[in-house]
Amino acid sequence: MALLSEAATAVRQNRRSLPAKTLKRDFRLNKYKYLLILPVIVYFVLFAYKPMYGLIIAFKDYRPAVGFADSKWVGFKHFLNFFNDVYFWRLIKNTLSISGLSILFGFPAPILLALLLNEIRVGWFKRTVQTITYMPYFISLVVACSLIKIYCQSDGIFSQIAIAMGGQAQNFLMSSKYFYLIYIVSDIWQHIGWNSIIYLAALSAIDQEQYEAARIDGAGRFQQMLHITLPGLAPTIMILFILRMGGILNVGYEKILLLYSEAIYNVADVISTYVYRKGILNAAYSYSTAVGLFNSVVNILFLLAANAISKKTTESGLF
Amino acid sequence: MASIRKTKGDIVFDIINVLIMLMLVFVTLYPMYYVVCASVSSNVLLLAEPGVLWYPKGVNLGAYKLAFTHPLLKSGYLNILFILFVSLPLNITLTLFCGYFLASEKVYFKKPVLVFIMFTMFFSGGMIPGYLNVRDLGLYNTLWALIVPGCISVYNSIICKTAIEAIPGSLTESAYIDGANDLYIVFRIVLPLIMPTVAVLLLYYGVGHWNSWFSASLYIQDNDKLPIQNVLRAVLIANSNILNSAAAEGDKVDQFAETIKYAAIVITTVPVLCIYPFLQKYFVKGVMIGAVKG
Repeated sequence: MALLSEAATAVRQNRRSLPAKTLKRDFRLNKYKYLLILPVIVYFVLFAYKPMYGLIIAFKDYRPAVGFADSKWVGFKHFLNFFNDVYFWRLIKNTLSISGLSILFGFPAPILLALLLNEIRVGWFKRTVQTITYMPYFISLVVACSLIKIYCQSDGIFSQIAIAMGGQAQNFLMSSKYFYLIYIVSDIWQHIGWNSIIYLAALSAIDQEQYEAARIDGAGRFQQMLHITLPGLAPTIMILFILRMGGILNVGYEKILLLYSEAIYNVADVISTYVYRKGILNAAYSYSTAVGLFNSVVNILFLLAANAISKKTTESGLF
Repeated sequence: MASIRKTKGDIVFDIINVLIMLMLVFVTLYPMYYVVCASVSSNVLLLAEPGVLWYPKGVNLGAYKLAFTHPLLKSGYLNILFILFVSLPLNITLTLFCGYFLASEKVYFKKPVLVFIMFTMFFSGGMIPGYLNVRDLGLYNTLWALIVPGCISVYNSIICKTAIEAIPGSLTESAYIDGANDLYIVFRIVLPLIMPTVAVLLLYYGVGHWNSWFSASLYIQDNDKLPIQNVLRAVLIANSNILNSAAAEGDKVDQFAETIKYAAIVITTVPVLCIYPFLQKYFVKGVMIGAVKG
C-alpha cells in the first residue's frame, strides 16, 4: 500500500502548475495512452462517481419523478430519523456483534492455518491440503448457504448429531441462539484457505538462517514459531488488520440476506440488510441512502483510526 | 536441515499437526461429497431418510437429465454464459488498458488517474444510489445491468499494472522506434508477455460473474432472464416452486424434487472447481501483489 502515499505526494506535486506547453506536449506524445484510459475514466465517472453524487438524496426527499437535482432539501432529517428509529440500537448491536466475532475468530484462523501448514515438511501433502482448503472459496455464496440451510434443517445432519449427543432435533437457522455460530463457522470454512495464501507467501520471505541459528541455540519447533515465524508475519497481519477494521460495519450482508428470516431479525438484521429492505423492497430511497451513508462514514473513521494507531505503535500503515 | 535430530516433542507436534490438517480436509470435502452423493440418489429414498450420507442411496441419474433440459435451469445457464461471453473480453480489455496506462512512464496525468481510481476502493455511493443509477441509465431488467456496472475492478487493474511494470522497458521502446502505437503494443507485445496474470484475472472475473447473485436480484425481474445462481437461490433458499410453474413439466419436477436441487448444485459448482487448481500457482502471486504491495 506504499502506492497510496506515493499517489498522495504525487497529487501535491502536481499542484505546482506546469506551463501549458508541457501539458500540450504530454498530450501529443501520449495521445494513444490517453485514448486507452478514456473508456476506463468514463466507466468510473458513470458507475462510481455518479452514484456518489447520488448520495445527495440522503439530504433530500427524493422523488423519482422529480429527479436528483430538483427534489426538496431536508437537511439531516433522514439521519435523525435513523438515530431515533426503534431498530437503530438493534442494528448497531447486531452489526458490531457479527463484525466483532468475525474479527475475533475469523481473522486469526487463516494465520493459524498458515503457521501449521508451514510446519508440514512433506511437500505433496502440504500442496494437497492447500488446494483442498482453497476450494470453498470458489463455491458460490448461494450454494454455500443452501448447504448450510439443508444441514441445519430439523431433519438435517446437525440435528442428527444433536440427537446423538442427547439433544433434540430442531431447525438451527430459526433459532436466534445459533445464528452467530453458524455465520462465523461457515465463514471460516469458506475463507480460511484462501486467506492463508497471503500469510504463506509472507512466510516464504522469512530468512531461513534465523531458524538455523535458533536451532543451534536449542529452540524447539514451537519456540521457533513463536519467536521467528510470528514476528516475521507481523507487518502483513497489521496491514490486513487495518483493512479489516476499515470494514467493521461491512458485514457480509449478501450472506445474511440468504440465511436470515424474520424469526431471527433480532440477532441477524444488520445495517446493510436494513438498507436493502428499506431501500429496495420498500422504496424509501432517501432514508435508506442516509443509513448507507452513515455506514460508509463510520467505516472510513474506523479505517483512519486503525491506521493512525498502527502508525504510532508499529510504524507500518496504509497511508 | 534433515541432519538435525527430531526430538520427542517434535514428533508429537507433527502427529497432531497432520491430524488437524486431515480433519480440515475432511470438513472441507465432505459437504461437496454429500451433494454429489445426494444428486445421484433416488429421490424417494433420500426423502425417506435424510441426514448423513456416506454413499448414494439407490442410483438414479434422472435428476441430471431434468436439470439439463428444464427450461428455467437451461435459461439460467444460457444467461450466465452470455454474461461471461460478453463480460470477460470487456473486463480483460479495460483492465489491460488501465494497467498499461498506470504502468507507463512519463505520463503527466498518471498519478491523478491512480488516485481517481483508487478512491473508489474506499468510498462508494452504496447500494441505493447504485441501484437508482442503473435504473436511470435504462439498464433495469436487462442482462446489461449485470455486465456494465463492475466491468473493471480496481484491485485487478493494480495486479495488471504490477505485471506490466515487470516487463523490460526496452521491449516497448524498440516497438515505438519501429513505429508501433500503444494499441499495437498492448495487444501484441504486453498481452502475450503477461499471459499468466491474464489467466488469473480471467479466473477472478469469471468466478466473480459465475457466483454473483445479488445484482441480478436487484436488477432482473423476469424469471427467464435470471442467471443460474438466482435460479438456484429461488429453488434452494426461497423454496419457491418456480421450477414447477415454469413449464408443463410439473410432474417430472415433483418426481425429482429433492435430487434435482443437488444435481443443479453439482452442475453449477463443478466447472469452477475443475479450473482453479490449474491456476493455483499463479493466483498466489496475484494475491500478494494486490494486498501487500498495493
